[in-house]
This record gives sequence, structure tokens and C-alpha cells, in this order.
Amino acid sequence: MQKFIAIFKARNIEFLRDRATLSWNFIFPVLLLVGFSFVFSGDGKALYKVGILDTQATELKKEPSSFIQLEHLEFVNYQQAKKAILKVDQHKIDLLVDFSQQQYWVNSTSSKGYIVEQLLLAKHPEMQRSQTTGKPIRYIDWVMPGILGMNMMFSCLFGVGYVIVRYRKNGVLKRFQATPLSAFEFLAAQIASRLLIVVTVTSLLFIGCNFLFDFYILGSLLNLFIVAILGASSMIALSLLIASRSNSEEFTGGMLNFISWPMMFLSGVWFSLEGSPAFVQGFAQIFPLTHMLSAARAIMTDGASFSDIADHLIILSLMSVVFLAAGSWLFNWNGEKG
Amino acid sequence: MTDILQIKNLSKKFSETIAVNDISFNVKKGQCFGLLGPNGAGKTTTIEMMEGILKPTAGEILFNGHPIDKSYYHDIGIQFQHTAIQDYLTVGETLDMFAKFYTRTLSKAKLIEMCALEEIANRDTRKLSGGQRQRLLLALAMLNDPKIIFLDEPTTGLDPQSRRNFWQLIEKIKAENKTVLLTTHYMDEAESLCDEILIVDKGKIIQQGTPKAMLKEHFSGVIALLPINVQEKINRANIPYSVIKQQIEIESENIEQTIKQLLESEVSLEGLQVRSPNLEDLFIKLTGHKLRS
Repeated sequence: MQKFIAIFKARNIEFLRDRATLSWNFIFPVLLLVGFSFVFSGDGKALYKVGILDTQATELKKEPSSFIQLEHLEFVNYQQAKKAILKVDQHKIDLLVDFSQQQYWVNSTSSKGYIVEQLLLAKHPEMQRSQTTGKPIRYIDWVMPGILGMNMMFSCLFGVGYVIVRYRKNGVLKRFQATPLSAFEFLAAQIASRLLIVVTVTSLLFIGCNFLFDFYILGSLLNLFIVAILGASSMIALSLLIASRSNSEEFTGGMLNFISWPMMFLSGVWFSLEGSPAFVQGFAQIFPLTHMLSAARAIMTDGASFSDIADHLIILSLMSVVFLAAGSWLFNWNGEKG
Repeated sequence: MTDILQIKNLSKKFSETIAVNDISFNVKKGQCFGLLGPNGAGKTTTIEMMEGILKPTAGEILFNGHPIDKSYYHDIGIQFQHTAIQDYLTVGETLDMFAKFYTRTLSKAKLIEMCALEEIANRDTRKLSGGQRQRLLLALAMLNDPKIIFLDEPTTGLDPQSRRNFWQLIEKIKAENKTVLLTTHYMDEAESLCDEILIVDKGKIIQQGTPKAMLKEHFSGVIALLPINVQEKINRANIPYSVIKQQIEIESENIEQTIKQLLESEVSLEGLQVRSPNLEDLFIKLTGHKLRS
């Protein structure tokens, strides 16, 4: 155990004293978030979005003079009232109408909701008003898990894989090999150290950015923390697998880029894959980042419980175990072939 | 003295290249054993197999009569030819970290004193000079109070003063009755430090013995050195010689007779030097080329 602690401590000291890397780990995601908050602060859309509980929408089509005939309104059908009301809370839709109950819901803090409400009452003055409150979900609320997830991904992949290959190339691993330290103790310490660093940095960033941007968080922070730990573990294990044998930084850098770039674009860091071809959505499921971001967003914006995200957590755990087992099996101290 | 290491029919093949070809020898407890050979002779491959770093293609290595395993690392210390240590740690922190790997260690104070690390104990390892770095690597090799210390070209790249200082450190280690396995390019180093020498070339052993015995076996007199400009006259005198480093070298069993012969052939004796044969002469005689060729 003391061998594990010695390597764990040394790796943490190395990270903390490498000021440039440490600063970049904090500055990069904050810069991205600040940039996005400015770029997407305005609301350029002229369209109003109205939710209609499904069964009534069918009946409404029979009434040509009804509210639904108005132009520049987009109508979305919902089957579950609870889910639809949550959308009003989150400003994802401007108004929710239930024609069967002669009732509508509007968010009292939404200016767009007020406009659409006036349009509805002009056509259907008999409608009963129900009021909700809730902050709008901004793009920054949606993109924040993506940016933190991307930062975690780069930190896990390059902070472990690249470092191990560099250690192998310049002989640090050979020096460790010539001691009673086992490969398992060395790898376990690398994982633990990087996990501690990544989760600490991400938590501090999350707290700091939440202070700045007041993120929309509906679910449990503990569940979010569990997602972060499992997500980081799976990506560190993936990195160990990639770096298990090579002693070429160029090759490993290429491999890490080959993995990280598709993961960044297909895992939903910047935009949702909803509406993309089914095979693309299916392919994205092979990446740990996809599962981490899906679970994190479900917790934050939909208030998903532990059982709601259990499938993602199981997949992340399995990925961690499989990648780590393969990486440990293939691991070579000095890159000697055969 | 008993054999602490026994090397039996050791071979190493990399793809189609045979780096070490069926070599066998023993290392006695408490001696400084030198492994010499030109670049590419197979000495680093041999020593790395003896350290347990490289897996032999064939053959076996016995430590105190038993095949080596991971526990072997509790009893040996290694200073590699090419290695690095983790960045951003101080010399003291590096010693502390490595000390945690072993069940038995020398005290940090003793190591620092022994390897003259007092002034750099709190220095970042990235800011060490070549000599300071080698002293730290030697301290790491000594940390577990090993029975055998492997030193793979420990003074390569050091200035003459640092080399001499390093020799003194090795003498201290020898005085503690530890077994030292040394590879070096420097013949004066091997001659000064080693009790027994093994010369390898092209993966094979070409000579083994004490430096004195080997020199006695291959040389029976002294070596006379003359400037290259007398080569023509020496050719006429029919005296056997070799040209090394742009100098005429004549091996002579009777130097008075050789000088008389030279004078009779009107060879100028200006610049004549006479010295005893050394390991470098032996090495050239045996391998046909210089160590750094």
C-alpha cells in the first residue's frame, strides 16, 4: 500500500507544480463558458413555441378558426402533462394548452409566454390560467456539462496516456521497473491520482462557474458527482489501454486524437444528436463521454433520479473494468517487443 | 569467494539480430566486475538481462543459486545508462518516494552524505548538473542497501573532475564489501576500479580475467610511442608496429634493444615515449578496434 501511496503522492505533486498545465486545466473551460455565455446571450428567434396535450390537439384540428391556425407559432404535442409543465418551467416552450380541460399554463417570468397568452385569450377567452415559475434553460446550461465533460476527457486521455508514454520513452518506467513496485501498483496509483485531480478540478470549476452563471440544476448533486467519477474512471482506463505498450509520443498522440475528436463531436458536447440518423446515434453509444453527458444532462435539466440513469452508470462501470483489464494485461514497462 | 551471480548460456535475439550469443560466466561476491566492449557489443543487453529488465531469449541467471524473480529487486540496485526521474520532485522527495518501495533502506541522511547530495537535497531534479544527477541516480541505486549494484556507464558524459569524484564514490561502495557490476567505455576507469573484467564483442565473450593477469597474458614488455613522421624509416628497419591515434606504437620485450635498433636505422627518437601496456592496448589487440569506434 505504501508503494501505491508514494506514486500517488508523487504524481499529484508533479501535477500541482506544473503550473502551466494546472492553470490551463482551470482557464480553458472557464474561457469557453464565458465565450458561450456572450455568444448565446441574446434571443434571436422570432418563433413562439406552444405545447399542446396530445389528445386535444387532434380535436383542435377540426376547428379552422382556432388558435392553432395562427402563423409564426410552432406547436409541439405532449402526452404527459408533468413533462410538458416542466418544459414551461424551463422556458423550453412558451405556453402549454389543454383544450379538453379548457386550461393553459404559462410561466410568469417569461416575456414570450405573456405574448402567446394574449394571443390565446383573444381566440379562447374561456380558458383557465395556471401559472408556473422557473428559470429558463439557457444554451449555457445545456452546454456546460459538455464543456466540463470535454475538459475531463482531455485531462483523462492526455494526462494519463501521454504521460505514461513519455515516462516509458525517457526511462522513468524502466527506473520503476527496477524496484519491487508492481505494474498493478503503478497503474492503480496513476488512476487514483488522475481521478482525484480530474474530479477535484471539475468540482471546483462547477462550483465557480455556478457562482458566475447560476446554472439550472434540477437533480441531485450527489448523483452528478457519481456520474463524474464513473465517467472519469472509464476515460482514464481507456487512456491506459491506449498507452499500454507504445513508446512513441507521436503515435500515442495520434491515437488519442483519433479517439477524442469523434468523441467530442458525437457525444453531444456542443450540440444534441437528436434528429441525426439512427446509426450516428447508435455509433455515439460506444463512447464513454456520450453516457457521461447524457446522464449529467438528465440529472441537471430533467431532475433524473439514480434509477433513471442506472443504464448509463452500468455502461460506464463496464467500460472502466474492460478497458482497465485489457490495459493492465497489455501493459509493458519498457516497450520491449516479445 | 562464492559466486553471487551465475550466468548460464545466456542469449538475446531482437528480430533477426543476435545481441548476446550463448554466454556463460560467474560473478563473485564482493568483487567489482567490469563488462567491457565496443558500441553494439551486447554489454548493455547483457547487463539488462542480469538486472531482470530484459527477458533472455535463452539461458538462465541465478542469484545466490536461485532463478531471479521480482523479489530480486530488494537485493539489487541499478544505475541505468539512459534513464530519467519524475519531474517536479526535489532530490529529497525523490529519495523518499523510492524508499517507500523497499522493506529495507539506508537512512536518507547516510545516502545524502555518502553521495554528496547535501547542497542539492532541496533542488528540483530538473535543475541538476550531469554530475549531480549521476550522484542522485547512484543514491537511488544504493537506497535499499543492495547486495549487488549495477552501474551501466555511470560516468559517460561527465567532466574529468566529476568522473574522479564518482570513482571515489564507487571505491566507498566497494569498501562496504558490495558486489559491483560496471560497464564502461573508459579503460582507465575499468583498470582502476575492477577486480575482474569480461570483454565482449559481437555478443560473445572474448576474454575474462583480472586486469593484471590479462595484461600479463597478452603483453610481455613495454610500449614505445613515436610520432607518425618516422613511419618510413621504421618500415625500412623492419620493426613490427601499429598506428594508433596517429602515433607509431611498438610493443617491445626489450626496450634497450628496440631503441638500439631504431638508432641504427637512423630513426629520430624525438618525441619517444615509453609506457606500460594498459587495458586499452589489450582491448585493441583483442577486438581490432577502439572502444569508441
